[in-house]
Amino acid sequence: MTLFRHELRQGRASLVLWTAAVGALLAVCVGLFPEMRGQMDAVGGMFASMGRFTAAFGMDRLDVGTLAGFYAVEGGAVLGLGGALYAALTGVSALSKEERDRTAELLLTHPLSRARIVTEKLAAVLAQIAAMDAALLAVGLLTAQLTGEAVPWRDLLLLHGAYFLLHTELGCLCFGISAFLRRGGAGTGMGLAAGMYFLNLIANMADRAGPLQYITPFAYCEGADILTRDALDPGPVAAGMALAAAAVAAAYGRYTGKDIQ
Amino acid sequence: MDAIVTRGLTKYYGRTRGVEDVSLAVPRGCLFGFIGPNGAGKSTLIRALLGLIRPTAGQAEVLGMDVVRDREKILARVGYLPAEAAFWPGMRVREVLKLSAGLRKLDCRRQAEALCERLRLDPARRVDELSLGGRKKTSIVCALQHEPELLILDEPTGGLDPLMQREFFALLRERQAQGTTVFLSSHILPEVQHSCARAAVIRAGRIIAAGPVTELAGAGARRVVLRGRADIERLPGVRDLQTTPEGAGFLYSGDINPLLAALAAGDVKDLTMSEPDLEEVFLHWYEEGGAGI
Repeated sequence: MTLFRHELRQGRASLVLWTAAVGALLAVCVGLFPEMRGQMDAVGGMFASMGRFTAAFGMDRLDVGTLAGFYAVEGGAVLGLGGALYAALTGVSALSKEERDRTAELLLTHPLSRARIVTEKLAAVLAQIAAMDAALLAVGLLTAQLTGEAVPWRDLLLLHGAYFLLHTELGCLCFGISAFLRRGGAGTGMGLAAGMYFLNLIANMADRAGPLQYITPFAYCEGADILTRDALDPGPVAAGMALAAAAVAAAYGRYTGKDIQ
Repeated sequence: MDAIVTRGLTKYYGRTRGVEDVSLAVPRGCLFGFIGPNGAGKSTLIRALLGLIRPTAGQAEVLGMDVVRDREKILARVGYLPAEAAFWPGMRVREVLKLSAGLRKLDCRRQAEALCERLRLDPARRVDELSLGGRKKTSIVCALQHEPELLILDEPTGGLDPLMQREFFALLRERQAQGTTVFLSSHILPEVQHSCARAAVIRAGRIIAAGPVTELAGAGARRVVLRGRADIERLPGVRDLQTTPEGAGFLYSGDINPLLAALAAGDVKDLTMSEPDLEEVFLHWYEEGGAGI
């Protein structure tokens, strides 16, 4: 596990910075709830009259006057997109950074199989995503407690569980892409994360979401769906995890036979 | 048994030639020079030996093992010094050396400390702050600290000052005396001529000469400088002819008797014949497409 520990050390600064930034935004959003609650009737009315945009953000089915509803809309955007960008950036650079930084020659002339390198790097990506999500869950729950409201534990745990799956899927997709890149890939990772987010908005606005909900992982993170069902929708989750597994398999296939420049 | 054997090794990057039909044998315990200009295919061959790239055709064995099938087993017994030393940012020299040993599941602290002291490398320094020479020294310690059976060195002295180069070659000779095979790729010919017993020359992806360095340097050729006149222009075996009003200088390979006859028939006032150095022969090969080898 030497490489795993090395990857964690290399990614420590990025993990701390992203977790602090997303955590601070989340804390501010949730912390504003008591002050915003009084104005939520008016805000809710305004949101309800925005036509398809109301549906795009799931606000036609959520009561933003409750802590769970408010958390799903405000916190969800921060957690979903912020965490997705971090997961995408971490995944997309995991393998390609060695060739970009010209350290591949040094690393790959040690007696480690390519498969072992992929495994330890993937484990490091997933561990960093898990660490970030655990820290954000703690921040979310603590801030929710500090609002003085009754904390909807199950709702918040379900929401955070969905975001963790979203981050894991995006991390794996970008990890798979990383095996095919020789240079960086930050733009690709961020583009994929943002693209998936907007794809979900389009799916929400369309009369029929159709297959889009099985493509974008943001679909199974819809706060409105999760709170209404009181569970995650297993179909899109299973599709997402299958896509993540296929990306990881592609990473093994490509990296184990790749010429290193 | 040979430390390195390649048979018809070929590597193409798409349509671009890397190396073509390279057959080479490096005896165990030998300090072997691998010479060629930039782009000749030196690094491609080294990358194939280390399993960084897959050969398009042919075979390569290192320490009796196949480079594709037994990659990890080979790398456990090989030390590699890349031409460009690059490390992970933010690390100290000590951490890089510990990581390298850790990836080999070894504790090399004692050897690393001794090598750092000998090469005057401060293990507390950050690798980002090191000079080119400092980074090269870090790479040298990485390559040597686990006491490998085979050292593969790609342009090893770039960035090292002359004193450190001398120390480095002393280290190599010590390791060689202990049985280590050294494969030294370089375009600095005196380096190869003074250190290596055997060498191979690569040009445009193909091996054009291989053998003992003394033979390669001579390659049956003599540097002839004469004062006076002699009709040697049409003599077979005369190359690199340069004439001046006082005389002529040229490389001569082949039977010595026709040359002596031509000189005797002329008006020669003074004559010197010497072995050309490797650089002279090497440049000639490259300029004239390997004629006379």
